[in-house]
This record gives sequence, structure tokens and C-alpha cells, in this order.
Amino acid sequence: MKGKVLSFIKYFLLIVMSILSIFPFVWMVLGMTNKTIDITAGKLMIGDQLTINFTNLFNNSLNFTGALRNSAVIAVITTVLALILSSMAGYGFEIFKSKTKDRIFNFLLLSMMVPFAALMIPLYRMFSQLNGTPLRSIGINSMFVVIVPSVCTAFLIFFFRQNIKSFPKELVEAARLDGLGELAIFFRVYLPSAKNTYAAAAIITFMNSWNNYLWPLVALQSPEKRTVPLILSAMGASYTPDYGMMMCGIVIATLPTAAIFFVMQKQFVQGMIGSVK
Amino acid sequence: MIKKGKFSTKKNGTGFIILPVLLIILLVFIPMIQALFTSFQSGTPINMSFNGLGNYQRMLTDTTFRKAFFNTFLYLIIQVPIMLFLALIISAILNDKKMKFKGFFRTAMFLPCITSLVSYSLVMKSLFAANGFVNQILSNLNLISAPIQWLTHPIWAKVLIIISITWRWVGYNMIFFISGMQNIDPSIYEAADMDGASSTQQFFKVTIPNLKPIILFTTITSTIGTLQLFDEVQNITLGGPANATLTLSQYIYNLSYKFTPNFGYAAAVSFVIVIAIIILTIIQNKVGGEK
Repeated sequence: MKGKVLSFIKYFLLIVMSILSIFPFVWMVLGMTNKTIDITAGKLMIGDQLTINFTNLFNNSLNFTGALRNSAVIAVITTVLALILSSMAGYGFEIFKSKTKDRIFNFLLLSMMVPFAALMIPLYRMFSQLNGTPLRSIGINSMFVVIVPSVCTAFLIFFFRQNIKSFPKELVEAARLDGLGELAIFFRVYLPSAKNTYAAAAIITFMNSWNNYLWPLVALQSPEKRTVPLILSAMGASYTPDYGMMMCGIVIATLPTAAIFFVMQKQFVQGMIGSVK
Repeated sequence: MIKKGKFSTKKNGTGFIILPVLLIILLVFIPMIQALFTSFQSGTPINMSFNGLGNYQRMLTDTTFRKAFFNTFLYLIIQVPIMLFLALIISAILNDKKMKFKGFFRTAMFLPCITSLVSYSLVMKSLFAANGFVNQILSNLNLISAPIQWLTHPIWAKVLIIISITWRWVGYNMIFFISGMQNIDPSIYEAADMDGASSTQQFFKVTIPNLKPIILFTTITSTIGTLQLFDEVQNITLGGPANATLTLSQYIYNLSYKFTPNFGYAAAVSFVIVIAIIILTIIQNKVGGEK
């Protein structure tokens, strides 16, 4: 009897928590089809405003289409650069292990504790200074001002290093004996063996970039440069937010990460928690 | 073996690490030192002068700073324990071999992690509108007689922020706990069973002690995250009403970009977060590291 009650409580708790977790997703999808007035009045039914909301979203002075393009370009470039740089660094630290390198590595890990709020102002000033130089294409208001600070994080280097630990080092030795250069060994021996690690790292980097808010808010000031989170935030902050239109935007912004999650759930979770086992 | 100053991938692999190391130094450590210097300066961004400890003294009498500081630590003290406790309970239930539909429950509870912080904040804002869905449910259940002013009441607005962050991060922490629990040797539980320990006793006497490193890790990451809280408050309440939900990160943003820019003072406030993170990490390591 006691066991049955306990098991009932357990399932009850799980079901309640699952409903609470899923409900906001149902809400945003329903919201796409409703008017603002119905959404803020808590209407929980499919409405007939879907086409109108979509039309409003894409024919808006906020330029949602442009924001989608900006976000996508930034996220893809960030991901590609971050994967190359971090995997090479993780590989370098682990395969060419030395006391000095371990010290540098531990030092780099400290950067994970530095709050972004403390970096925001110096970074802003640093990139502003570039605007008056030939390097203005990576200065404030450029795409690269958002990309550059995210291409190299200690977290990702750590992530790759952890996963390289289980990579058989004899393969490197064997390749050296075959006369392969170190770069060739990295690209032809290591890289093909680490598809899962790369997938997980790509997912987390893409997602962080796609969802990044504070730094783009500071660094991208001209309206045509804005990314999706900035546009959504601007929609929500307006004096009379159009919730129906905003929900369309939110669903579209969530679709890429949702798709990646359902297709590659394992790598997604591994990327989020930073380990591949 | 190690030849200093030789940028080659041939023998020591320096070529592999040199660019990433330089980038992190340039984009994290140097700005960090610059922020420290800036925190001793005052004036407009183009005309800054040395101000000694002036900015730090100003904080002592700044009521907005005090509010932001108080709010940030309130979120930390209330939200982090609630979130980690919920995540622990759910993980313990899901770790039970006899439970069915585990995969479904786990996926469902992890789902909030796929949303962007801006998106889910706006969704929460719409759900908790004055006449919104949540108030209607509560009044239909006869739990409230008048709608709760989630967005405009100083206390309920804080509650809303805490509810929102908890919704977003319980599933994330759950994944860490579940993987930690799966690494606990099953024979310990078998022995506890033989000794007649109840499942509650096993949870407190076996599961919790064995999970200590992971609890420590999640506490530290959640602490660092909460101390930097920005996106949610900016998009749900904009720090309002009357700064009742304002966080330190938000205050730094306002000082730098919303009001007349005061980079010196903003940098000083940002160092409060840096120092808080260092102190709390050391304390948590001390407490969590004890055997």
C-alpha cells in the first residue's frame, strides 16, 4: 500500500513538472494564431490570426527577415571558427602535454569565471577604437564585433581536451612514423574520429551565438545590423506589444534549436553539459 | 623537449594553441585588467580622469546600487536552492529503475533548455499578464480573489523572475544529477537495502553524499549565472517596478548605455560581481570540499 502511494506521488510529480515544462511551448504556438488582446486575456484556443500575424512579422519596420539573415550568418561563421580554433587548442594541450601547457590551460580556465558584465565596457571601447582604423570592418556595428569574442572560449577548449583524452595516442605515433606532418595528423587522423565531439560542440556554439543578447545589444546599434533576439526584445519592449506577431517571431527563433534537439538529442545534451561519454 | 619561442606544430604543438591562447588573453584577461583601471576613473568616455576610490565610495551611498545588489543576492539565495532541490528530486525519481516513461519525462523536462533567454522571457511575460493565463487559472481554482500584479508589484515581480529562471534551468541541472547518479555503484544501494534503509534514508545517506562534487559544480555554475542575470529581467520587467527587480548586470548596462555613460562607475560595479564570484566560489569549494 505504502509503495503504491509513493509511486503515485512520484508519477504525479513527474507529470505535473512535464506539463509545466511543455506548456509554454503550446502557449507560444497557440499565440501565433491569436490577437494580442486574446493572448493577454489568457485565451487557450486556436485562433484565426496566423496569416495576419505572419504578414505583420515580415512586413514590419523592424526588418525581421534581415535579422534572421544576420543571426544565421553570425552563428554559422562563429561556429566554424570556434570549432577549428578550440579543437586545435584542445588537441595541442592534450597531445603535446607539458607542465607549462598545463599551467597555461589552468590559467585559461579562470576566464570562465569572469562575468561578461565586467568585459562589456572594455570590449566596447576596444572595438570602438577600431572604427577609426582600417580594421573598422571588425569594429562596433560590424558582424565581426559579435563573432570575434565568441570564437574562442575556455569552455570549448576544455570540452575538446576532455574528449581527446580518450583518443588513442598510438594512432598519432603511428602516423608520425608514416611521415605525416602534425597538422596532417590532426586533420586526417584525429578529426575524422571525433565527429560526435564536433557535433556536440557545434550545437552548443551555434545555440549560444543564435541566442546571444547582451553583447549584440551593446555592439550592434544600427537597426539593419540587429539580430533576432534584439528584434524580439524590441517587440516586447514596445509600448503596445503585438503579442501575436511576437509569438510568430519566437516560434521561428526557436525552430532551429528545436530541430537540432530532436534530430541530435544525444549530442545536444552532451554539448549543453559539456561532456561526451 | 620543449623549445621555448618556437611557433611550430612539429615538436611541441605550440602552433596548435598559440592563437586561441592569445585570443583569450586579448578578449578576456586584458579587458578585465582594463576594467579594473577604469573603475578608478571618472568622467565621460572621451574625457576620463583618475578618481581613486571615488567610484567605490559612491556605491556605499547609491540607493539604486543597493537595490540591484540586494535583488541579485535575493535571486541567488532563493532561486538557486529551489532549482537545485527540484532538479535533485526529479533526478532521484527518474533514476529509479522501476519507473516507466523515463525517456519521455526526461525529454519533456529538458525542453525549456532549447529556448533562448529572450524568447522564454517574453513568453513568461505574456503568460503572467494582469488578466493573463496564469491569473485566470489561479482565480478559477479559487486561489486568488483579485488578479496578482505579476509585472507591476515589487514583490510579485521578483517572484515571477524566480519562477521564470527556475522553469528554464531545472532540466539543465537535472541532466548533471542523473548522469552523476548513474555513476554511483549500485552495490552501495544493495547494501543499504540489506541494512533495511528506506528510500528516503538512501537518498540522504547514499545519493546526496556521492553526488557532492556534482552538487558543488552545479551550485558554482548557477551562482556565476545568477550573479550575471540580465536577459530575463531586461525582457520581463525591464528592472521595474521602480527598480524592484533590477540586477547588477542590468545596472551596469544602464550606467554605460542608457543613462549618460559613466564607464568608470559601471566598471566599479562590475568588479563587485567579480569579487562576489571569487568569494562565493572559494566558500562553496571550502564547504563542498570537506569530507
